Amino acid sequence: MDKMILAKNALQKFIDELLKKNKVYAPIKNDETVLFEEIKKPSEMTLDYINSEYPPKALMLNQTETLFKYIPGTKGKIEPVNMDEDKIIFGIRPCDAKSFAILDHVFKSDFEDPYFLTKRKNTTLIGLSCIEPGVNCFCTSFDDSPASSKDLDILLTDIGDKYYVEVFTDKGRKLANTASKLFKPATESDAKKKKDAEKKAIDAIKRVQKTENIAEKLDKIFDNKYWKEVAAKCVGCGTCTYLCPTCHCFDIQDESTLTKGARIRVWDTCMNPEYTLHASGYNPRPARTNRVRNRVYHKYNYYPKNFDVIACVGCGRCIDLCPVNIDIIDVVTTAGEVKP
Amino acid sequence: MKENPYEPWLATVQEVRNEVGGQRPIKTFKLKFNDKKIQDNFTYVPGQCAMVSLLGMGECFFAISSSPTKKGFIEVSVMKLGKVTTALHELEPGDTVGVRGPYGNNFDVNGWKGKNLVFIGGGIGQAPLRSLIQYVVDKRKDYGKLDVIYGARTSKDISYKEEFADLEKRKDVNVHLSIDVKEDGWKKFVGFVPDNLLKVKPIPKNSIAITCGPPIMIKFVIQNLEKLGFTEDQIFTTLEMRMKCGIGKCGRCNIGNLYVCKDGPVFSYKQLKNIYGER
Repeated sequence: MDKMILAKNALQKFIDELLKKNKVYAPIKNDETVLFEEIKKPSEMTLDYINSEYPPKALMLNQTETLFKYIPGTKGKIEPVNMDEDKIIFGIRPCDAKSFAILDHVFKSDFEDPYFLTKRKNTTLIGLSCIEPGVNCFCTSFDDSPASSKDLDILLTDIGDKYYVEVFTDKGRKLANTASKLFKPATESDAKKKKDAEKKAIDAIKRVQKTENIAEKLDKIFDNKYWKEVAAKCVGCGTCTYLCPTCHCFDIQDESTLTKGARIRVWDTCMNPEYTLHASGYNPRPARTNRVRNRVYHKYNYYPKNFDVIACVGCGRCIDLCPVNIDIIDVVTTAGEVKP
Repeated sequence: MKENPYEPWLATVQEVRNEVGGQRPIKTFKLKFNDKKIQDNFTYVPGQCAMVSLLGMGECFFAISSSPTKKGFIEVSVMKLGKVTTALHELEPGDTVGVRGPYGNNFDVNGWKGKNLVFIGGGIGQAPLRSLIQYVVDKRKDYGKLDVIYGARTSKDISYKEEFADLEKRKDVNVHLSIDVKEDGWKKFVGFVPDNLLKVKPIPKNSIAITCGPPIMIKFVIQNLEKLGFTEDQIFTTLEMRMKCGIGKCGRCNIGNLYVCKDGPVFSYKQLKNIYGER
C-alpha cells in the first residue's frame, strides 16, 4: 500500500490535474442538497458535507437509463447504445464505496449487467474519510470504519493541514502518478495522525444497530404482529429506498413517439403497491405491512442468505430523510429482541 | 446467451392461433428468430420462459409453451389481460417482436426418465405443461405411464383443443378432460379439476405429478394428491409473479430470498413448504 501526503492547498491542483484527462464527479451543493455531479473546475465542488443526501449509486445505477433505442411497432428495429466512458468519483465516503461492492453481487451473479458493470470498471473511486460522522451514522455496526475502506482506489483523510493519502489499487496508483509531484511520502507521525483522526471519528459514532444473527432471528418472526406496528407509521413514500445506496430495484418502460423510442430503466421501490401488482389484479404484497417487511427482510435476511452480506452500510440516509421518523436502527435492533 | 441480456433478438410472428375467446381470450403465437443462427442455437428445456416484447409497448415474461423437440420456432400462449398482452393480441403473421431468454429453471426431464407422469392443468396454466407434454410424447419410450388431466370452465374455454384430440387418439397417453358445469353433448367428466384427479386416481408409486393453473386449483390439487399418497417431493408446480428484467436484478418477483424469474418458475411442493414470503 502506498501512503503519501497531499498539502491542503495542493488539493485544487490535484483536481485540476485530474480534470485535464478525465470526467470528474464530485459533491456539489444544489440549494441545500448535496449530490454528486460532473464538475469542470475545482471551485464547483463542496467539501462542506457529512454525506450527500442523494447517493452516488446514481452514477452506477442511473435513476433513468436508456437500455437501447428502437423503432417502435410491429416492424420494429433495435439500436444499441454506447456504454459509459471513464470517470472519477471524488469525495465519495467509505460507506458509499462499500455499497457499490454490495451491489456488485446482484449485477454480477447469474446474468452480468453490462450497464452497471461497465460503469464500475470505468470508474476510479477517490474517497474522503468521514472524520465528522453524522448523528445517524452507524457504519461501525458492520465493523466498518468511517476512515478506511476495502472498496476504494484512493482514500484521503483530513489530518489538519494536509491529507493523508492511501492508494489501494493499480487504478488508483495510475491516477496518483499523473500528479506525483504534488505528493510527498508520509512520515510515521502522519500515519499516527491518521490513526488518531480515525479513532476520533469512530468514537463520534454513537448509534449502534444490533445485527448479530439477525438473518436467523428474522427467519423466526416473519408472521409476527411486530411488522404491523412498524408499518403503521409508514406513509409509503419510498424515500428510504430511493436514497438507499444498496437498493437496486428498477422498473423497465418503453417510451416512444410514433417513429422512435427507447427502452429505459428507472429506479423503482418495493414501497409502491404497483411494484408487485399482477395484470390479473392480484397483488402478493397488498398491504403496507407486506412492503415494509420486504424492505427490512431484503436487506437483513434475503441478501445475507444469497450473498453472505447485510445490504446496509449504515449511512443513515433513510433515517435522516424519512418524513415520519422510521428508524432502521431501532426497527432492526428491536426485531432482534422480538419473541418468536 | 446474449452479451447484453436486456437487448432482445428480433423474431417474426409465423402464425397466430386462437385458443380461447370470451372475456379473457388466449392466443398462441408461433415465433421464429430473424437470425437463423440464433434460431438454431436457441436451446431450452420445458418449464423455461422467455421475455417477449412489442417495441414501444413493453415486455412480459411467458412460459415457452412449445417443446424444444419441435425445431425451428418457439411458441408462447398469451392471455389478454394488461397493456402488453392486449397489444400482443393485435399481432398478425409477419409482425416483428423482441424475444430474450431462455430464463428460469426447468422441469427435470432427465431425472424423471422412467417415471409415470401425471399432468394436472387448468386454464392458461396448461402453457408450461404443454411444452413438457409435447416433449415426453416425442420421447415416449423414455417415460412410464402418462396421464393428462385438464379442465376448463366450459367446453369453449379448453385451450389446445386439437392437440388434446390428437393425444386422445394415442393408446400410450391417457387424457382426462373436464368442464366445470354440465353442457349438452359433453360426455366426459363434469366438475372441478381436483375432483377429476380423485376419479382418475393415479398411483403414486414411481410417479411425478405436475400441476399448473389458478392458485385455488393448485391448492386443492395438492391436497388431493396428498390424499392419494403422493409425497411432497413428488409434486411440482410453476409460479408466476410480476416481472420486469427476468434475470434477478429488478427485484419484484421475490418469494423470500428466491426470485421466481431465475430460481423458479418450477418449484417442488417440498421447496414451497419450506420458504416463507408472499406469493
